[in-house]
Amino acid sequence: MRFYRLLLRLYPAAFRVQYEEELAKVFALRSRNASPPFARLLLWLESIADTLPSALAAHWDLLRQDLRYCARLFARSPGFAITAILVAALGVGATTAAYSVTDHVLLRPLPFPEANRLVKLWEDMSPGNYTTMEPSPANYSDWKRLSHSFSGMAAFRGLSVSMTGVGDPEQVEGNAFTSDLLPMLGARPLLGRIFSQADDQPGAPGTVILSYAMWQGRFGADPNILTRKIELDGEPYTVIGVMPGEFQFPRPAVQIWTAMRFKPEDFEDRNNNYLRVIAKLRPGVSREQARAEMGIVSEELRREYPKDNEHVGVTVNPLRDELSGRSRIMLFALLGASFCVLIISCTNLANLLLSRALLRQRELALRAALGAGRERLVRQMLTESLAIALLGGVVGIGLAEAAVPLLKKLVPSSLPIASVASIDGRVLLVSFALVVLTGLCFGLIPALRASGELAPAGLGERSGVSLSSSGERLRSGLIVGEIALSLVLVLSCGLLLRALWKLEQVDPGFRSEHVLTMRTALTQPRYEKVAVRTAFYDSVLARIRQTPGVDSAAFTSFLPIVMQGGIWPVAIAGQNSELDRAFHEASLRFVTPDFFRTLNIPLRSGRTLRESDGPKSQYVAVVSESFARQYWPKQDPLGRHFAFAFADRTVVGIVGNVRVRGLERESEPQVYLPYRQVGDGDLIWYAPKDLAIRSSLKIEQLLPRVRHIIAEADPQQPISDIQTLDEIVAEDWAPRRTQLIALGTFALIAILLTAIGIHGLLAFAVGSRTREIGVRMAVGAQPGQILGLVMGQSLLLALIGIALGLALSVAAARSVAGLLAGISPTDPATYTIAAFTAFAMACAGSFLPAIRALRVDPIRAIRAE
Amino acid sequence: MPDPHELLPLPSATFHILLSLADQDRHGYAIIQDVAARTAGKLRLSAGTLYRSIQRMLEQGLIEETEERPDPELDDERRRYYRLTRFGERVARAETARFAELVKMARASGFAPGKA
Repeated sequence: MRFYRLLLRLYPAAFRVQYEEELAKVFALRSRNASPPFARLLLWLESIADTLPSALAAHWDLLRQDLRYCARLFARSPGFAITAILVAALGVGATTAAYSVTDHVLLRPLPFPEANRLVKLWEDMSPGNYTTMEPSPANYSDWKRLSHSFSGMAAFRGLSVSMTGVGDPEQVEGNAFTSDLLPMLGARPLLGRIFSQADDQPGAPGTVILSYAMWQGRFGADPNILTRKIELDGEPYTVIGVMPGEFQFPRPAVQIWTAMRFKPEDFEDRNNNYLRVIAKLRPGVSREQARAEMGIVSEELRREYPKDNEHVGVTVNPLRDELSGRSRIMLFALLGASFCVLIISCTNLANLLLSRALLRQRELALRAALGAGRERLVRQMLTESLAIALLGGVVGIGLAEAAVPLLKKLVPSSLPIASVASIDGRVLLVSFALVVLTGLCFGLIPALRASGELAPAGLGERSGVSLSSSGERLRSGLIVGEIALSLVLVLSCGLLLRALWKLEQVDPGFRSEHVLTMRTALTQPRYEKVAVRTAFYDSVLARIRQTPGVDSAAFTSFLPIVMQGGIWPVAIAGQNSELDRAFHEASLRFVTPDFFRTLNIPLRSGRTLRESDGPKSQYVAVVSESFARQYWPKQDPLGRHFAFAFADRTVVGIVGNVRVRGLERESEPQVYLPYRQVGDGDLIWYAPKDLAIRSSLKIEQLLPRVRHIIAEADPQQPISDIQTLDEIVAEDWAPRRTQLIALGTFALIAILLTAIGIHGLLAFAVGSRTREIGVRMAVGAQPGQILGLVMGQSLLLALIGIALGLALSVAAARSVAGLLAGISPTDPATYTIAAFTAFAMACAGSFLPAIRALRVDPIRAIRAE
Repeated sequence: MPDPHELLPLPSATFHILLSLADQDRHGYAIIQDVAARTAGKLRLSAGTLYRSIQRMLEQGLIEETEERPDPELDDERRRYYRLTRFGERVARAETARFAELVKMARASGFAPGKA
């Protein structure tokens, strides 16, 4: 019997109240008639089979009833319903959008089977601050041979090749893979096949796999794509496969893949660092164990090759975690901010529902008097708030869907994931949980409170006068919380805005206005010889300079910010030796003479480079001030010598520092060398290829002309990466800007919601104190006093909220200190402005209720009693 | 009074409960037994089905709870008895008429029992 009573608890309480005794009696009668154990068992089974569906149906009946009631209520006061749904939508939308991006970048497993076992291996040259140096092929092959922690190890490297044989020549970004890489990633081709070991032998015929985007775009989804021939840097390749659209390794920008085809001589130089190495841990082997084993392996190689491997260890990183700390903090900050918005919108909803519950007190009291149980009323109100939360959730997910693509700048382009986060099942699940939680939280408090205050006396009271002091305290507490959280958001935004302003004032070292840039990646081996390159540069530059409106033009190895590496060791007689090369490095650029004029890099002393600095004349260099200060402090650097890029160079000029590594990072000192002072076939990677043109012409006028000039100099020469120098600089802080806009939006939502919350609280208070206000006016209170009465309350709440918010802000600001570009996390000016903003928001929220209080007509207010 | 036809066709449990209450007021368990007897054991209402039907029928005004105890010997203070309302009677009649109409149509199509 006890068990049956327990079973009956599955029915809704409203049903139980009526029929529990009856059901129990029927059960008792039947069990009295069923004496054999078998019959009793049957009765039990029958009862369970009966109760489960009946209870469910009874719940469903109630739910339908409640929903109908809800719909009627919403239709009667659509303003309330719409406000509540929108408030919920903003909270859920902000959190879903922020969580989608964070999940996409930081949490979701990479799209490869057993992705958590994939690691990247780097040469660890800790003495020189490089813990992630690209391995040389020789070290890679030794690691592979000597280690046992991995079920596979594969290598890849970046390619930038000119593709011909399909329309105009085009510079495409590609990768060369060893043949074991794709199987290790579990990747299958959409069409054709992946590389076989035979494709990966030295001298094997060229094979290429296309990305889905490349196949769709450049090849018009040609169904006969397999076995088609194309040329990459003038060499023939056969298309053997097309990868599916989801395959984006190592980055979304990569369009084609070729086989690595190591040649025996590739393994000769252990300092030829250009590979990326990925490995898969054997099942059961931890990263720590692999790290320990690789330590032993590098020790062995150190003994075997003391000269080259003296400082070379091995870094083992999870594939997922190769992400700058800054992107991580940015995403977490955004997530934190979105949670603030969610909490504020929940509190706001709780407040909305609470004041509504108070207004509906009479109705609820009436229903209670008519026999509706307390549980029934709580249930009804919970259904109402859950309905609001669900509708809000659906709208919110829609908002998030629209917002996520706007956040794509926060997705680092260096990960093998899509550049736009998708709202997938995981995210939906979390959002849905948020919605339900929100509904329960902001539904339960008002429901319980309202039903707890259900005294039959409610019927006799005048509407809106009974505001229990504990109810007001709860609501005031919620408002204080909202003010505090929105202050945190405003303040974080303020600090990040100041950081951005500060960065915008950072001098990049060059003037970016009116400079058009592009890359003309010179096809090798065609341009291996310096004389051939010189002919190309001379003919292109001469004709561009003749174009009216062009001020100057130059080629450089790499433009600043676009390419932040390109570092070479510096050796200075008597100052350092080859062994600690890692400590002395500078960014190396070969440039044509007009480079400094084109980028407007100021000359500090000596001279810039000249056309006469040719292969036969003295090898010279122009260095940055930072270079001069590092090596010849308090001495005249002009005329000094240093060994750099395979030759002895003489300093002939000092120029201003350039922020090669972007505006937020320290850059190595810079060295500029004349484009002709390099051996044939040497340092090909550094051969000038980035063209910069300073002109007063519009891009639309200039670009066709430049294209024409380059095509005339070399019809096979592709042009890529066309952008202005301004765009390059802007791109450098695009993630920051995006984050700030997102945070700013969150802060704005928070302020609005909080102001609405304050307004709601005060409007309610004024409404319920109309009579008191009337009496006070009748006995001669001045408008100022009435104003004080109303505003006093909200200003007190604002002050408490601001105090709490400032304390929270310090903690929040400390956690994003890495993003503040040197602005103090306790910057007094920002705190003052943020506090003032919160205060102004509180005043704005109380403005309308205060006006209403002043308009109270004492006669009518008193007579109404 | 609402139109009885709006509730048709009745769920079979509802119709049987109406039939069982036609001659006398009964409590829940008696309804179950009566329906079983009337259908020769073919229809056994489960307790859950019965009380959910009763709840809905009360809301719809087909039946009402009664204060009188028609069976003083078996009377149990706490037991609830149900009685057919006038509206319930009309609904039962309307449903019966609907069935009769159906049977007539079925006969015309040659489905009636006893005929080929």
